Amino acid sequence: MMIINIAGFVLISLIIWWFWLYKPAEEEAASDDNKIIVIVNNGVYQPARIKVKTGQQTVIQFLRKDSNPCAAMVLFPDFEISEELPLDIDTDVVLPPMTSGEYPFNCQMQMYKGTLIVE
Amino acid sequence: MNEGKVKLAQDKESPKHLPPDESALSNSILELIIEGAGCASCVGKIEKALMEVVGVKQATMNFALRTVTVNGSAETDKLIKAVESIGYNAKSTSGLGDEQLLDEKEQVELQYYQRLIRQMWIALGLGIPLMLYSIAGGPMTVETIFERGVWLTVGLVCVAIMYFSGKHFYVGAWKSFVNHSANMDTLIALGTGTAWLYSMVVVFFPMVLPEMARHVYFEATAMIIGLINLGLALEVKARGRTSEAIKRLIGLQAKTARVVRDNKDIDIAIEQVLLKDILRVRPGEKIPVDGIVTQGHSSIDESMLTGEPMPVEKGIGDEVVTGTLNKSGSILFKATRIGKDTALAQIIKMVKRAQNSKPPIGRLADVIAAYFVPVIMIIAIVSALAWLNFGPEPAIAFAVISATTVLIIACPCALGLATPMSVMVGIGKAAEAGVLIRNGEALQTVSKITAMILDKTGTITEGAPKVTDFIIVDNHYTENNILTSVASLERGSEHPLAQAIVESAIERGLELDNVSDFYAITGQGVSATIDDQHLLFGNQKLMLKNGITLGGFVEQAQALADEAKTPMYFAIDNKLVAIIAVSDPIKEDSISAIKRLKNNGIRVVMITGDNSATAQAVAKKVGITEVFAEVLPEDKSRKVAELQAQHEIVGMTGDGINDAPALALANVGFAIGTGTDVAIESADITLMRGSLHGLADAIAISKATLRNIKQNLFGAFIYNVAGVPFAAGVLYPFFGILLNPVIAGAAMAFSSLTVVSNANRLRFFKAKDH
Repeated sequence: MMIINIAGFVLISLIIWWFWLYKPAEEEAASDDNKIIVIVNNGVYQPARIKVKTGQQTVIQFLRKDSNPCAAMVLFPDFEISEELPLDIDTDVVLPPMTSGEYPFNCQMQMYKGTLIVE
Repeated sequence: MNEGKVKLAQDKESPKHLPPDESALSNSILELIIEGAGCASCVGKIEKALMEVVGVKQATMNFALRTVTVNGSAETDKLIKAVESIGYNAKSTSGLGDEQLLDEKEQVELQYYQRLIRQMWIALGLGIPLMLYSIAGGPMTVETIFERGVWLTVGLVCVAIMYFSGKHFYVGAWKSFVNHSANMDTLIALGTGTAWLYSMVVVFFPMVLPEMARHVYFEATAMIIGLINLGLALEVKARGRTSEAIKRLIGLQAKTARVVRDNKDIDIAIEQVLLKDILRVRPGEKIPVDGIVTQGHSSIDESMLTGEPMPVEKGIGDEVVTGTLNKSGSILFKATRIGKDTALAQIIKMVKRAQNSKPPIGRLADVIAAYFVPVIMIIAIVSALAWLNFGPEPAIAFAVISATTVLIIACPCALGLATPMSVMVGIGKAAEAGVLIRNGEALQTVSKITAMILDKTGTITEGAPKVTDFIIVDNHYTENNILTSVASLERGSEHPLAQAIVESAIERGLELDNVSDFYAITGQGVSATIDDQHLLFGNQKLMLKNGITLGGFVEQAQALADEAKTPMYFAIDNKLVAIIAVSDPIKEDSISAIKRLKNNGIRVVMITGDNSATAQAVAKKVGITEVFAEVLPEDKSRKVAELQAQHEIVGMTGDGINDAPALALANVGFAIGTGTDVAIESADITLMRGSLHGLADAIAISKATLRNIKQNLFGAFIYNVAGVPFAAGVLYPFFGILLNPVIAGAAMAFSSLTVVSNANRLRFFKAKDH
């Protein structure tokens, strides 16, 4: 029983670490003109962490391949931007020049999540 | 190679083919949709045909999407013809847009819906018989070799079902897991996976478990997958209905237009209309693009955009707006805005954006939803551990049931959908009533307004002065010949009151005379000579200065002034002939609209640059007791701040640009506008029709939406907050109740449906009759 309890607590710690504490290292940088392509598929944005340059207009081109209705909308709450993502059609989201920091973007229900890292 | 060829052709032809201004594209990118391209070899043919058109620098076709991107400065028409000449059809995407996009979206949603229903039946095909067997008392245990064989077969069928009907959950769960995020797929995958895995352990190694715990849960896995697919399918259906307002707006767009080219009427697709085209619209037809009337006269029904039921008269020089209905006469008009630039397209764009923004009330739910899934996973583990440590035998079976049920019941969908669904319907509903709400935040603040400042001119009143009264002193003259003389006199003046008089004469079809010896006497009036008669028109001062006797007419003039009218005296050869009063009339329904605001408990204040007497007179008529008069435009925002300092939540209503600072400072700025250009972009809320009833409508819709959001949030919180402990088995020690995972699956499927359906109720909301 002891072992099971310990295993349970280890599992809980792993969940906390994996979902909250761990910061994924993989980040994709936008090209020189601050443009990047994001594919929406299988419940995630790929890439989900994007590095862009400060003080420059940024264009994110979304291509949604996920037919789940949850994926149909992307929101950038900090900039009051929301854009509908039609299936299989490139959709450009133009973001204004930003100051450095981290800005999340997500679907309406925050199930699909991504972060813009402006530096 | 190609580039060289094109350049040569261009050099040779360009003198004859100078692009006619806006109808051509100067070095821009244009997208065409190609129809009838069935094979990849078409690509080369189409690209080549386009490259041969003068001005095209590059043409690249995307075969998968059947679109071709053209770079250069060619006219759309010529590009389409070039494609048609080789046997395909083409159309421009610039004018298209929303309707087709919406059709495609509906198509995709329909396919998705059908797939979900198929997947549901496959899963329920196993789940329902198994569940009935279990309810009927059939043993779900593994004790004999035969039972092992049977349950092993069922277990394998169950895997097949998990693959066919539930693959999307498992793939989604895995993908988001490797990305360090968790979503509803994670919960479903974990819940159904746990139930299946435990059952397989029972089948293969029954001996490791106590006898009482040798129970299989394959029916739970199959039922949950089936029910959740059903829930998703119903949600897709219900979601479609929430965007009905947008569909209706998009549906206003005509599909074809009748263009007059070379003196002939040609019917063409709406996408092919060019700027400055002359279009003909007959009675009963829709206005296809924005424009200015160049010939004819008609009354136009604009109710679909403004909510204003009365048709509006339009003549030469008047603007007509896309989507409105031509009622009586045939008109010709020049296209001034096409495609994505029309007022209708802008409104659709704005409403769509606003529908996807969230009011502050929804943000807490967002934060909770974001942390929800990992928290639920932790609760599931804790509950399993609690059962294992303290639960009765078979503890392991109880632990598995409770963990599975917690995972399945805790769908954060309801929580996440509670706000956006209501906002979507509410903002759409407002748009139908001619109230454009810019974002979710404005929607929420409107419901809290405690004080409303109304600008006088153009907001409470029409904003255009009119001749309202004639008092004829000398009966030798009629209204018309007095008006002819006065208008002839005033023609040279730029004073707004003078313009009102001239317009009134034109309206009556009067022909004006030539005047001589015209003098404007600052602050008093004007004088001139017509046919040797000396005419004077102006205020009391001017008359007294010229020694004209006014007698009892001064009192009559004063009575007019008390009604917020401006009386002016008219004298011929130093003898008083008439008094003409001009005023800016109060809009027909301002009084009832202000009453509605007051009934809502709102403090209504009038603000104006006019003199105190006129302001008071108007205020008295419309039932306003608080007036800020003689306020300079730049001081209007200070008055807003003053009210805010008194802890009022201030709404400011003005007719646009000059009120901008005050509109911006107010908690909510309402612009009275025709729904085009600046007004849409600058104010929090734009009232498409002039009527102030839009204010009360906006408040009513906002209150109804907020109430709907609160109901949704309450429902969602109760569902999750009560459902999770219930599923974990908190009630078991006291009442012996433990939730079944299948019930949890059904509850989860219907929780989001409840929210979406409740939001849909808003569609039937009606603002009170005015």
